[in-house]
Amino acid sequence: MLLIHCPYCDDTLPELEFAYAGEAHIARPADPSALTDEEWRDFLFIRTNARGPHYERWRHIGCGRLFNALRDTVSDRFLTTYKAGEARRPLTNEAAE
Amino acid sequence: MTYEKHQFHSAPVLIEDLAPVLRLSLRVKPAHRDTLARVLGLDLPVRVGARSAAAGTEALCLGPDEWLLTAPEGTDLTTPARAVHADAPHSLVDISDREITLRLTGPAVLDLLSACCPRNVAAMPVGAAARTVFDSATVILWRDGIDSFRMDVWRSFAPHVRSLLAQVQGEIAAGL
Ligand SMILES: [Zn+2]
Repeated sequence: MLLIHCPYCDDTLPELEFAYAGEAHIARPADPSALTDEEWRDFLFIRTNARGPHYERWRHIGCGRLFNALRDTVSDRFLTTYKAGEARRPLTNEAAE
Repeated sequence: MTYEKHQFHSAPVLIEDLAPVLRLSLRVKPAHRDTLARVLGLDLPVRVGARSAAAGTEALCLGPDEWLLTAPEGTDLTTPARAVHADAPHSLVDISDREITLRLTGPAVLDLLSACCPRNVAAMPVGAAARTVFDSATVILWRDGIDSFRMDVWRSFAPHVRSLLAQVQGEIAAGL
C-alpha cells in the first residue's frame, strides 16, 4: 500500500485514508461566460495526462483537506506533497524530497 | 477427586455501546480560535489529532479549522458561543445523533482494530484521536488507554462496522 504524507496532519498515512481528486493547478476561469467553447472544453476536459511527474490533488479523509502532490505516474512514487494554494513545486526539487 | 480450576481471563476484546453524548462540530478560522476557546472554557489544540478536556467537555482537533466537541447531554455550549458570533464568526453544529460510540477494550484490541484499520493503530499515542477509516466507513478513533479505545461510527455504517467487529472478535476468541 502507498504511504502518503499529508501536509496538514504532517503525518505519513496509508493510501486508504486518501482520495484522488484530479490534476492540480487548474485555475477556474475568472469570467466563465467570456470563454469560447474551445476554451471551456479545455478547462473542463483537457488534461496533461503526464507520463512521469504529475501535479495532482488529493483529499485526506482524516483532516478533510485537499492538498497538492507531485507523483510519478510511471513508478507511482510520491515525490512531494504540499498545501493547497501554495505555488507549484518545481520539478528540480524532486531529488531533494 | 481432583479438579483443575481454570483461571479464565477477561475476554480478549470487549465491545460495548456507550451512552449518548452531546457532539458539536466547530468550524472556525485560526484568527478566532482563541475567542472560541475562551468562551467554551477549554483549549482548542492546533495539531490534528490532539485533544483537550475541561469540566467534562472534550475537544479534538480534526483539521486546521475543525474541532469535535463532546460533553454530557444537556451541556449548553451554544449560548456562550453565540454571544461572540459577531466578533468571531464560526459554525457550531449539533451532530449528537449522527454517530454512536463504541468502547473497545481488552488485550487484543489492537488486533481487532488492525483487522480493518489501514492506519498503524499501535503507533497512536494514548490521549490522541484520529478520524480514519474502518473498512470503508469513516470513524473517529480515540485512544484512551494502552488497550482502550472509543470509536465514533456514523449510524448508517454502524451495522456494517458491528458485524465486522463481531466477526473479528470471534476469530480472536477462536485463536485465529
Ligand atoms: Zn490530513
